[in-house]
Amino acid sequence: MSLDSILLLRFEWIITLIIFILLVLKLSDADNKVGALMKAINVLLFVNFAAGLLPIGEGSLFNGFFKTSELIVLEKNILNLGVLLISLASFTWLTNHKHRIEFYILMLSSMLGVYVMLSSGHLLMLYLGLEMSTIPVAALANFNKTEKRSSEAGVKFILSSTFSTGIMLFGISLLYGAVGNLSFESIIANLHPDALTLFAFAFILGGFGFKMSMVPFHLWTADVYEGSPVGVTNYLSVISKGSVIFIFITVLYTVFGGMKDAWLLAVGVLAVLSMTIGNLFALRQDNIKRLLAFSSISQVGFVLVGIAGAAKVGVTAVVYFVLIYMLSNIAAFGVAGAIADTTGKESLNKAYKGLYKSNPFYALILALALFSLAGVPPTAGFFGKLFLLTSGMGTAMYVVLGIAGINLVISLYNYLRVVKYMFIDEAEEVLPVVDKNKALTTALIVCIIGLLVIGFVTPIYQYIDSISFGM
Amino acid sequence: MDTLSLLILIPLVTALGVLVSKKDQTIKLVALAGSILQLGFSVWLTLFYVGLRNAGISGMFLMQNSIEWFAPLHIYFRSGVDGISLSMILLTAFVVVGGILVSWRIEKQVKEFFFLLIFLSLGAYGFFISTDLFMMFFFLEIAVIPKYLLIGIWGSGKKDYSAMKLALMLMGGSALVFLGIVGMYYAAGVYGSAPTWDLQALSQIKLPIEIQRVLYILIFTGFGIFTAMFPFHTWAPDGHSSAPTAASMFLAGISMKLGGYGCLRVATYLLPDAAQELSWIFIILASIAIIYGAFATMMQKDLKYMNAYSSVSHCGFVILGIAMLTKTAITGAVIQMVSHGVMTALFFATIGMIYDRAHTRQADELGGVLKQIPFIGTTFIIVGLCSLGLPGFSGFVSEMTVFVGSWEHPGVWYKVATILACASIVVTAVYILRAVGLAIWGTIKNKEFEQLKDARWNERLATVLLVVGILIIGLCPFWITKLVDSDSLIIFNKLISVASLAH
Repeated sequence: MSLDSILLLRFEWIITLIIFILLVLKLSDADNKVGALMKAINVLLFVNFAAGLLPIGEGSLFNGFFKTSELIVLEKNILNLGVLLISLASFTWLTNHKHRIEFYILMLSSMLGVYVMLSSGHLLMLYLGLEMSTIPVAALANFNKTEKRSSEAGVKFILSSTFSTGIMLFGISLLYGAVGNLSFESIIANLHPDALTLFAFAFILGGFGFKMSMVPFHLWTADVYEGSPVGVTNYLSVISKGSVIFIFITVLYTVFGGMKDAWLLAVGVLAVLSMTIGNLFALRQDNIKRLLAFSSISQVGFVLVGIAGAAKVGVTAVVYFVLIYMLSNIAAFGVAGAIADTTGKESLNKAYKGLYKSNPFYALILALALFSLAGVPPTAGFFGKLFLLTSGMGTAMYVVLGIAGINLVISLYNYLRVVKYMFIDEAEEVLPVVDKNKALTTALIVCIIGLLVIGFVTPIYQYIDSISFGM
Repeated sequence: MDTLSLLILIPLVTALGVLVSKKDQTIKLVALAGSILQLGFSVWLTLFYVGLRNAGISGMFLMQNSIEWFAPLHIYFRSGVDGISLSMILLTAFVVVGGILVSWRIEKQVKEFFFLLIFLSLGAYGFFISTDLFMMFFFLEIAVIPKYLLIGIWGSGKKDYSAMKLALMLMGGSALVFLGIVGMYYAAGVYGSAPTWDLQALSQIKLPIEIQRVLYILIFTGFGIFTAMFPFHTWAPDGHSSAPTAASMFLAGISMKLGGYGCLRVATYLLPDAAQELSWIFIILASIAIIYGAFATMMQKDLKYMNAYSSVSHCGFVILGIAMLTKTAITGAVIQMVSHGVMTALFFATIGMIYDRAHTRQADELGGVLKQIPFIGTTFIIVGLCSLGLPGFSGFVSEMTVFVGSWEHPGVWYKVATILACASIVVTAVYILRAVGLAIWGTIKNKEFEQLKDARWNERLATVLLVVGILIIGLCPFWITKLVDSDSLIIFNKLISVASLAH
């Protein structure tokens, strides 16, 4: 293998290397020196992230099965940053958990799948990557092994994801029947929007729908989010969802670009359903994780509005939004995790009332993260969300845009409700002061600085725009 | 760094200063110093602007600047001022200083309170200097959350409900505005050379009437919600009456003006064909607001609710003036915005002072307080007289200008609306005089009120400042008229050119 191909595969190499190191460490007695171990792992993850900042050319390997471009590298690296932040945010929980090395091995295996998926140039490769990124997460969802809720989440996740992969695989095989080849180039060349292809597309869309928890494929989301340990929920909502959004937009714009007219309507309808139902179900949630689960469903709806723009601004807006959404969600789940670790509660009513008085730091972080999710300036979420809507206006789907406008209002209510608990209401009982640890604090501060800065440091947006692609 | 950016920079630095200060007293001093500096700067800026105009410099906006923000989406940080925006900036600066002065004795979460106040004002300054629609929208939205928190944390009464209602309705308004301006952005790409958010570039592009109609309704209604236009006024009475004094002042004095300014500058100026065709809708709504607001005020016992409903009525004049589309009416609308801003801020300040002492805002539970607190009582009477439009005060000038301007419109129904609006003055006189009679004059009803103490230094300072504002407009109306007139002429000329083409 030449040096070039090694460089093209750098993330894959690094992650595989880290997994091997962890396997060896598991065999030794490294588990006894928890502090040093955790530090070392986080440093390795940082190295992985830093490697992504080095410039790299485009290229493809294995007969076009594996491709990489600047955009793909950026997407992978956004997710790398996410994994690093999640690892930092889950520091306390992992330190106290017996199987912390296995946690990392599973999470990084899933990451490897994500890389494969994002770089795929062939539907089989995509399928392989998708599966590889999903199955370890099912094990992770079940990681609080003594909790019934957690194993329920694990089972629900594996069943629903297997089902969805089955649907997707069926769609892929139909597409093979219609086109005769599954590499992206030949599909693009031979795609005709006949009945069989449309049928195949519907199944593939359904498969993606499950992974991205679009309505009506969302039913697993809230239960799995609620039952999983916070760190895993974080991973599910940010990395799993973000990576599928990335590959979804690529597949839609390039592979199925020829049948834009057919999918535009479908995407619009799914956008409306996801936004509205996600927001309406979030109205009455008392559990913070369930609330964020439904909020993430509605966020996917907004992403779909951006995707419906069917132009270069859409890709840019989606990548930009996923970056912002990732930082907001990691911060929100990070705070939720810290509070759950100390109080053992996830109920908004019981653990969040008067939080600002007892834990101003966490309350402020959570409020900023929620403002960003709601799209309120000066947080970056404002820009992210408005660019999605701006992109969506490009294809003149006025009804979708109007409903998105209504959803902005409903979602603001959902997030302000939490803010009200924290800042306005008085605590019924004195809340314990949640202890801080350096790792979590670092992760939260990085997220918040990101959220406050991304909207004003425009080179980030311009860089994404310069490497994104149109239709 | 250009001059105008200082208008954003000073509040920003003040807000950061508030954040890093430790003692409550320091925080208050920092906030006050920052806002006084801003007031001084705004006055200087206005004088400088007038100087430039006198030197013969033309162009719609002066001191323009443009910094690249999101270039791929054609979003720029474009700023510039004209007479209309400068009068709004002056209004904001006056009200901010007044609001900070009357909040001097606040004790609960001082740092957060002043930070949010300053942040709120930052949104207003940014809004008034923007000449880029996206940037304008950004600053419009910035102010929503501070309002929510100010009412929710420091408010009284049914504050949770009011704060949430306000935040959601304003968010709804901004969603409408956003859909409208994004539509304009794309339409500029189709009918102009390239998509743009630039106000001046957009004003050169002639959009087809079908598109204008939709955008006009969206944008005017969206901004109308901010200015408490009927039937979207319901956030205003609840929000104003639940808010702490300074927040009420900011809300009624500054925030509601964002809406009026947007209706004028974006909806009417950029979409003149649709304005000519459809402004009757908003004239009807404004007339209803004026009459309904006045009668609703009569029914109120709570002084804060009274002032909130009378604000709905008074802001109806703003909408009426803008929708009448004559030059004098537009000038009147702008002066009415400024006049009502100062007046209502002072009204809320006075009510707050009375409430702090008597612990009631019910007009019939007060009574005879003038003897005990002559300074506050007299202020109340002054601002009441201003509100009912007594000559010599700002209310007379602004309402008169709106009426004269509205009468200029040749349509019969427009004249009917004008007469109706004029008639509301009578109702205003009734409720103002009744409130003054019940609450201020007469003999002391409640023995406890004999212990009341008159205004403190900070309250006196705030009062004097705002009364001076009222008197300047009332006694020297030509200053503000001259400042505003040439710019409303520009807007009017655009409307005229459209009308003449149509005939």
